[in-house]
Amino acid sequence: MDIKLQQVSYAYSMGTPFEKRALFDVDLEIPSKTYQAIIGHTGSGKSTILQHFNGLLKPSKGEVHIGERVIVAGKKAKELKPIRQKVGIVFQFPEHQLFEETVLKDIMFGPMNFGVSPEEAEQRARDLVGLVGLPNSVLEKSPFDLSGGQMRRVAIAGVLALQPEVIVLDEPTAGLDPRGQREIMDMFYQLHKEQGLTTILVTHSMEDAARYADNLAIMHEGRCVLTGAPRDIFADAKTLESYRLELPRIIKFQHKVEKLMDKKLSKICLTEEELALEISHSVKRESDEQ
Amino acid sequence: MMEKMIFGRYIPGDSFVHRLDPRSKLVFVFAFIIIVFLANNTITYGLLLAFTLFIILLSRIRLYFLINGLKPVLILLVFTFLIHIIFTREGNIVFELGFFKIYEEGVRQGIYISIRFVVLVFVTSVLTLTTSPISITDGIEVLLNPLKKVKLPVHELALMMSIALRFIPTLMDETDKIMKAQMARGSDLSAGPLKDRIKAVVPLLVPLFVSAFKRAEDLATAMEVRGYRGGEGRTRYRKLKWDWRDSISLVVLIALAALLIYLRT
Amino acid sequence: MSEILSFNNVSFSYTPEVKDARKAVQNVSFTINEGEWISIVGHNGSGKSTMVKIISGLLFPQEGEVHVMKNVLTEENLWETRTQIGMVFQNPDNQFVGATVQDDVAFALENNGVPHEEMVKRVHTSLKQVNMDSFLNHEPHHLSGGQKQRVAIAGALAMRPKILILDEATAMLDPQGRAEVLNTVQELREETRLTVLSITHDVEEALLADRILFMNDGKKYAEGSPQEVFSLGDKLVEFGLELPFAMRMTKLLKANGVSLIGEHMTEEELVNDLWTSNFNK
Repeated sequence: MDIKLQQVSYAYSMGTPFEKRALFDVDLEIPSKTYQAIIGHTGSGKSTILQHFNGLLKPSKGEVHIGERVIVAGKKAKELKPIRQKVGIVFQFPEHQLFEETVLKDIMFGPMNFGVSPEEAEQRARDLVGLVGLPNSVLEKSPFDLSGGQMRRVAIAGVLALQPEVIVLDEPTAGLDPRGQREIMDMFYQLHKEQGLTTILVTHSMEDAARYADNLAIMHEGRCVLTGAPRDIFADAKTLESYRLELPRIIKFQHKVEKLMDKKLSKICLTEEELALEISHSVKRESDEQ
Repeated sequence: MMEKMIFGRYIPGDSFVHRLDPRSKLVFVFAFIIIVFLANNTITYGLLLAFTLFIILLSRIRLYFLINGLKPVLILLVFTFLIHIIFTREGNIVFELGFFKIYEEGVRQGIYISIRFVVLVFVTSVLTLTTSPISITDGIEVLLNPLKKVKLPVHELALMMSIALRFIPTLMDETDKIMKAQMARGSDLSAGPLKDRIKAVVPLLVPLFVSAFKRAEDLATAMEVRGYRGGEGRTRYRKLKWDWRDSISLVVLIALAALLIYLRT
Repeated sequence: MSEILSFNNVSFSYTPEVKDARKAVQNVSFTINEGEWISIVGHNGSGKSTMVKIISGLLFPQEGEVHVMKNVLTEENLWETRTQIGMVFQNPDNQFVGATVQDDVAFALENNGVPHEEMVKRVHTSLKQVNMDSFLNHEPHHLSGGQKQRVAIAGALAMRPKILILDEATAMLDPQGRAEVLNTVQELREETRLTVLSITHDVEEALLADRILFMNDGKKYAEGSPQEVFSLGDKLVEFGLELPFAMRMTKLLKANGVSLIGEHMTEEELVNDLWTSNFNK
């Protein structure tokens, strides 16, 4: 399912003296089955933009296309529920949304809201616990007895249970320890690869964006200022700097190495593994020449 | 969500009214509420209205905010106005349709009562619009201080109020976020029969309570570690300052009261 | 070097009545000296937070002793001790008591009966120390996470504590906020040689410390300089942490057959080694 934003503007408290514009003429196209990262500082408009992806917010100006559906500014949009089933959002600190007596019931809550039968919903819940890395025994426990990291996984399962075609992730690893962070990010990447889940990652982590995303969009002061493939965007450090963003650490390190060797590596490396390999090639070439 | 609330909101500024001590403003408003009832004829009501407009001018608050503050009580206003018009049967008849008659006195009383209403809402709104909630709390704490003698926990009440005020925006944001998260999971808070809507509130309230308790616990820990153990032996960072402005405004208020008593019939 | 804080065989269990129950903190000893920056690292649930609660006197150990300024921490001297410890917690929102920045910084001063003029002076100096002096009248919901944490640091500094404890104070912040807070702490250290104890699972943050305590499962697994502790390598990864960036790169490079001499904590070291071992022959 493609998602397309056309000249989208959004203002909070429209028509009052407290009107505050959060988005200005944003154009963004997210083709089906791609991994899109949206990067920006706190207050750049990323959280506002992500709420447009499933009609939680309606644009003050412009149009939002979600698959076949079009949400146009100023027109009443009816029946947004089908969209919300197809576009799942994992909000920041999603464990704050848990409320049921048991983990099982909490995961079933979403699908049942969309008319999935209890049997089917339960089956989905049972399938998902393992996928998010929890033992089956948690199903009957109260979500409030779990650790923070486990609660996060339950909440994620609760969104995946909708079986969405698009998943929007808002800083899904905030506050987790390093292992937890890596596991969650890898899990989403696997889902993206195996099930063709269109994935939209809203983040301020340049590292995650570099590692996982096919396309990047840079948000700055309510505008979408830059879009493109990671390598293209990271090739221009100056422009990024003008938006108060830094290159991923891995690329800054690559620059240091290149300066030392006084020559460029064959490409911009997006992961540590890639860079290690490139350096080793370059070192070998060097010693062969000698 | 926060943005929609205009009534009771503080608009920072630097006007004469803004700079008044919260104590004098509180005393002023309470006294004014009583004084309003002294008016009973056209001159006195006119005087009240003029005085109120003068205060608004002094506070440099845009009329927009005051009119908005009036909205919630508008129905009440119209209702009392109509009651007076319909049930007062004195003076000349100004309008007649069958056996429905409107008397001159009815219109007059209706207008008086409306003025009283508007004046009260405007003056209390000016208080909340020009005084930060924390200053109001400070003012109340100091004014209530004598009641400590009768074992009223004045300090604790004031601290409770200021913490509550401090957390309102945080909890509003939180409510908004949880609501959105549940809506994204297909929960529908705005449609369907009442029974369903009540059921849909549970996924909102449970997380909100859980988080509020967590916050309360964290806050209690932070306060304890920072040495909080009740009001005893505590000093105050905020110092209220009473200056010439405050004295003047109270003198003006007394003058107004005297004038009203002199002019009323 | 005088001792600021020490644990002497401290053990704590949340369920002391249950025999053989897992202890949250098990027989931990360590000492922090004046002017040091110590970091306690460990994954979530390793006993870090319990240790903080013991230091701040919210929990009392069943076994062992806690010394603050060489005095055993007891119920009697608890309040006195707390004036010497400044703490900053994880959630920026849940520790902001005052209605505005200056009120919040003054909170501990008010509690301890500091006279008004002194209070005003200290509020201003501490806010200046964290570069938040232009935010005196800001309300908390108009501040970023990093700014709130800096205010919390100022609130702690106002009491002129002997030690500043950061209990995962950067965990909930974005990279910008994290950098803000860490820069502030580093500047403070340069100016005042303030003793700092930071509890974290961020290894890059731990690298800033003079000494690291590595906690696992309630026990002190290792203690030493960052070099010593991170030389444990994969052991740390196994316990849920990651290695510093430069170390990960070193490992990967070696695995790819690039010759390097030694392990490296910083990028500079690694780059230099890369140069001398491979190009400068």
